[in-house]
Amino acid sequence: METARKLIQTVWFFLVNGFWGFPLTKNIYQGPLKVVCSPGLNCYSCPAATTYCPLGSLQQLLLGIRFSLETGSVYIGTYVVGTMGLLGAICGRFICGWACPFGLFQELLHKIPSVKLPFPRPLTWLKYGFLVLFVVLFPLLLVDEFGLGAPWFCKYVCPAGTLEAGIPMLLLQPELKTTIGWLYWNKIAILILFVLWSIATSRPFCRSTCPLGAFYALFNKHRLIKLKFIAENCTQCGACHHVCPMGINFNETPDSGECISCLKCMTQACKFDAISLEMAGYSFARDIVPQKKKTV
Amino acid sequence: MIMKKKFSLRKAPFILMTGFTVLILVGIALGEPSRVLELAKAICLSCIGIG
Repeated sequence: METARKLIQTVWFFLVNGFWGFPLTKNIYQGPLKVVCSPGLNCYSCPAATTYCPLGSLQQLLLGIRFSLETGSVYIGTYVVGTMGLLGAICGRFICGWACPFGLFQELLHKIPSVKLPFPRPLTWLKYGFLVLFVVLFPLLLVDEFGLGAPWFCKYVCPAGTLEAGIPMLLLQPELKTTIGWLYWNKIAILILFVLWSIATSRPFCRSTCPLGAFYALFNKHRLIKLKFIAENCTQCGACHHVCPMGINFNETPDSGECISCLKCMTQACKFDAISLEMAGYSFARDIVPQKKKTV
Repeated sequence: MIMKKKFSLRKAPFILMTGFTVLILVGIALGEPSRVLELAKAICLSCIGIG
């Protein structure tokens, strides 16, 4: 299952980054596919990007909301939020585990042999702050003399943008080097921080900072497809705790917003069919065998 | 002992999906996709730490 997941993550990477003509054009893809939402975090200023980033688009619409309303257009983010919400309602954070290029990048980094460190749990709340403040409120409320805000998350934080767009654009258009300043070096520092942290800790950006993950996490309990915990079959052996890349104790918090549904707990840990996939209430588990089995 | 699986439909996902589909349709009616496309076609240099 883990091999299949890696394969699907790779396919998604190439689907949302499918424009490989950029070394010739020296520019980003500008075709009609960019009206399609990338389910995972993938900067749309990446030269290969074929879809739009929901976070980037939402910030861009919110920062220019006054201007668009003044000109009679009502671009308030309904299309973007609707798309994000529909994806969240169907899959929730399945997307993080199966379709996010930056999640895949962190997982590959974590395979590098090193001292492995636990993730400080209180930091999981930070990403909700980034979602509310850096993606919604700051772009909407902190405006310049022309009434325009800034895309705070993209501009000051997003390491995916630096990796996928900032560095490649400088390589493609070397004349841009004259324009780099503290903003660029600040973002490079954030990228280096997350690269090093990812080697030591599993998916630190997803767990601490990603506003898209925070948004999808809101749906984890009520999404269409989710993991189901079958308490009758659970022996409390704790095997599911040890394999979870997000540090969840699945048998204690089966609807945790942190669950990226990588299915490791179901396929690699639980031997008692206590975890199964479920769609809208229909469980794909084998028939329940309620007698308790031996604890391992 | 083998028990038959019970199936009780969860309605919440369908309510959410309907609500967000309506939002998408409202966005399309307001012409937002063309604005999203316009934004996504342009490189936002300050967004990627340049400029």
